[in-house]
Amino acid sequence: MTPTRQRERIMKTNEDAHREETEYVTVMIGEQLFGLPIERVHDVFMPGHLTPVPLASEEIAGVLNLRGRIVTAIDMRCRLGLPKREDKSESMAVGIDCDGESYGLVIDSVGEVLKLRDDSREPVPVNLDSRLARVAACVHRLDQELLVVLDVARLLDMKPAAKAA
Amino acid sequence: MDDLLHEFLTETNESLDTVNVELVRFEQDPNNAKILDNIFRLVHTIKGTCGFLGLPRLATLAHSAETLMGKFRDGMPVTEQAVTLILATIDRIKEILDTLEQQQKEPEGADTDLIDQLDRMVTQAPAAPTLAPIAASPVKTVGTLSDQVLERPLKPGEVSLDDLERAFRDTPGPATPPAPKVAPKSESPAAANGSKDKDEEKSESKVAAQSIRVNVDTLEKLMTMVSELVLTRNQLLEMARRQADSEFKVPLQRLSNVTAELQESVMKTRMQPVGNAWQKLPRVVRDLSAELGKEIELEMHGAETELDRQVLDRIKDPLTHMVRNSADHGLETPADRIAANKPEKGTIRLSAYHEGGHIIMEIADDGRGLNTRMIKEKAISRGIANAAEIGKMSEAQIHRFIFAPGFSTAAKITSVSGRGVGMDVVLNNIDQIGGSVDVKSIAGEGSVFTIKIPLTLAIISALIIEAGGERFAIPQLAVIELVRVKNNTEHRIEHIKDTPVLRLRNKLLPLIHLGRLLGLGSENAKEAESGFIVVTQIGSRMFGIVVDGVFHTEEIVVKPMATKLRHISAFSGNTILGDGSVIMILDPNGVAEAVCASTQSAISDTAHAADAADAGHIQNKTSLLVFRAGSHETKAVPLALVTRLEEVEAKKIELSNGRHLLQYRGQLMPLIRVNDQVKIKNDGTQSLLVFADGARCMALVVDEIVDIVEDILNIEIPSEQPGILGSAVIKGEATEIIDVGHFLPLAFADWFRGAGSANNAPAHRNLLFVEDSAFFRNMLTPVLKAAGYEVTAMSGGQEALAIVKSGKFFDVVVTDLEMPGMDGFALADAIRGHRNSANTPIIALSSMTSPEAIAKVRKAGFHDFVAKFDRQGLVAALKEHSDDTHKAA
Repeated sequence: MTPTRQRERIMKTNEDAHREETEYVTVMIGEQLFGLPIERVHDVFMPGHLTPVPLASEEIAGVLNLRGRIVTAIDMRCRLGLPKREDKSESMAVGIDCDGESYGLVIDSVGEVLKLRDDSREPVPVNLDSRLARVAACVHRLDQELLVVLDVARLLDMKPAAKAA
Repeated sequence: MDDLLHEFLTETNESLDTVNVELVRFEQDPNNAKILDNIFRLVHTIKGTCGFLGLPRLATLAHSAETLMGKFRDGMPVTEQAVTLILATIDRIKEILDTLEQQQKEPEGADTDLIDQLDRMVTQAPAAPTLAPIAASPVKTVGTLSDQVLERPLKPGEVSLDDLERAFRDTPGPATPPAPKVAPKSESPAAANGSKDKDEEKSESKVAAQSIRVNVDTLEKLMTMVSELVLTRNQLLEMARRQADSEFKVPLQRLSNVTAELQESVMKTRMQPVGNAWQKLPRVVRDLSAELGKEIELEMHGAETELDRQVLDRIKDPLTHMVRNSADHGLETPADRIAANKPEKGTIRLSAYHEGGHIIMEIADDGRGLNTRMIKEKAISRGIANAAEIGKMSEAQIHRFIFAPGFSTAAKITSVSGRGVGMDVVLNNIDQIGGSVDVKSIAGEGSVFTIKIPLTLAIISALIIEAGGERFAIPQLAVIELVRVKNNTEHRIEHIKDTPVLRLRNKLLPLIHLGRLLGLGSENAKEAESGFIVVTQIGSRMFGIVVDGVFHTEEIVVKPMATKLRHISAFSGNTILGDGSVIMILDPNGVAEAVCASTQSAISDTAHAADAADAGHIQNKTSLLVFRAGSHETKAVPLALVTRLEEVEAKKIELSNGRHLLQYRGQLMPLIRVNDQVKIKNDGTQSLLVFADGARCMALVVDEIVDIVEDILNIEIPSEQPGILGSAVIKGEATEIIDVGHFLPLAFADWFRGAGSANNAPAHRNLLFVEDSAFFRNMLTPVLKAAGYEVTAMSGGQEALAIVKSGKFFDVVVTDLEMPGMDGFALADAIRGHRNSANTPIIALSSMTSPEAIAKVRKAGFHDFVAKFDRQGLVAALKEHSDDTHKAA
């Protein structure tokens, strides 16, 4: 969470104590429920015709045309070190923007939008799989299951780009 | 940044460029009051604005320059020193402006040096005439000067106007003013423009009202939007094509036309006259002519030819470089020119014109032309080509060598050019924008460099092709022709070893399989026998790209690759096709790089078949020490493995406990014979090859050291005999290659374990070792085993990748970089991309240790880079990285 947002939150707190909440778009990847901060999510779409990019890292699922923009699709299962999907049902994608470029996170399915209180956040367990831990921001305890909140910036910080920087 | 300041910077920079050009013109034509007025006005504006914005340093400088120019207006003869001084002042102003742009404030410091000089020139002007011979009268001068007084108070470093005036009046002038030094009136179009200016003057204000300043970003955005529109139109047309009778047809056609017109208009807004890129050149040439002591005239034709600003930006530097080259290398000294019956003044002619979607730019000089003999010699000495190849080449082909990297024929290095970075950089820059350069030269008459560049980079015509089931776009500019290949016809793919080549009109064309290059190819090797070859030329390199199918050409809008994908050099961008799908645009330069790794001899059209095959092994040349031991046949060992060669007195060799020993540098060194036939001499001198590792060393006893040769090490017949790796042909002779790894433990049983370094290393760590040369595989495998690894040795990238994909886990991967087929870079990429091995450390081995190679390796994401023979370095690198993984795990 950026300092600005924290500040905003504090300001809001002063206005109204009940506003200490963040909204998340929930997505299923593998058996796990993940959450993405709603302000980072531009749209949710079905990744239609994906063009594979030869020689790119395995995490890049390909590129696609989303209403005239070229979107780089990232295979989230691969990114999180989860096994490839077996059932052939249609995948979904969450569109996000980062540094003026469009990305599509290819996921299994999209769930509802949850409004969660910030004070119920828990730090990422230390024993979490390292591939997951490095992109997780925090964990929320829901009634039925756990929601892992993803850090979008770290999610997109993939190897080749990190090296170039 | 402050808007006002920003505006000022843009405007002033533009003005200064103009002043630069005008001053050079003025020097040649000092009687042209129009030019002087122009310069004076510009400098005056700068001064005024600086005062307004509170920039005292700039204002002071501009003021001094203006004062001197005021003197010119009053009829002071224009000397070369004066112009040089004003040019220097303008340079200084530019420097200050640069700092101003970065730091938003004037840099500290004073310009007293320049101001003093300027003032001195004003006050002591030897020729300041009391009677102004030309139009402007002294009364008017006073008027100008007193105007200044009213405008602002005096700044430090300035001479008061009264003083100036007094000095001006008191300076005793010669009885008759010396005739102003008039350079022969030039016929250059620059001067011609000068007279035209008068006519333009009247219409100037009108023109000013008709044009507006637009931010470049706005134009870029507009261009992007038009690009989108073009794409959408293409999509609609595609749909309409599929429907036989549609009422949309007519309006769609209309939309299409409007779009095309809009595209053209927007492109036009980005167009700038080529002259903008030439603006610096008169000044450059003027400075050069002073520096080199040559009289040079710069002619410019077609400065109004328009070009996309993006392209224009990219050719500015190469152009300057080429003009410098022409002045420095091309033109002779005045003495030489007179001797050659040429006018004393050399001419450099710049011209630009349109030719079918391209701009052609020529830089011609009437100098001595390229020195073919010197280029030949240089090419041979630089190892770019051998004498036999050159013998077969035409003059034009030899001239092309000047574009080879590191090629400079200037006999002496001047400050102007000749530092060995030159035409190759020019070629590279022009290649990058899809252009090409050519040179024509006639000895004694001059040279012409021709640059061919595309009009724009944003929308290009591309050929859509298919390879490995995917479609790609190849810029049409890079495509020379298409060849359809079929078995049993004239056009068929032949192989020299594993290198595919095509015989095309008596030339041998190196081929590259696009599918395979991109890792899309199915394992079926026979697929190559039919398909299409896209014949491509990048600079002097010609090669064929083998593709599965060719569709059509299409106008595509180049969109940059996402940052995450930009490291893939095979692609320059991507685009959306008419049918809405995204495809990659191949970068012919990137593909050429891949080809280049295996074909360096592509320059020669008549490259012999064998040469092409050999070219692939150029990097594999190894320095070998050739010696005799025991028999007459020669033996060899890689020189890099040998620490020292020693000749010792045979008497000093001692026998102890059945072993031969030598007291060597304060310790006992065991001597090992290469084979039983080697006799350790009793007297005379004995030749030894000393191998050292850390504190320990041992020596191999040999009969005679024959030679050190550099050759391709290709072990053709492996040997079963311990100590011998096999036989290879070295300099035409069958030679046994010695396995040093076999002898070292004979001296010290624990040699490879090192002095306790590896003892505590946990055993059974898995190491994948990929190396195509059997020799190195055999040499390094025992070393790696001794360092405590379970070694899996593979002879190629594909096999190595297969085993990684099969799920076997490796703690560390050591791979050679130069391998046929899948090389080390591709392998590393693939291993990184694989889930199980994404974090496995990869260490690169290479015989190339140039800084470029190392930088490339680092960029490719290898964890470490070790020279092939650096055994200790390898072990150290392994230890470091495998420890890392263990800690991380």
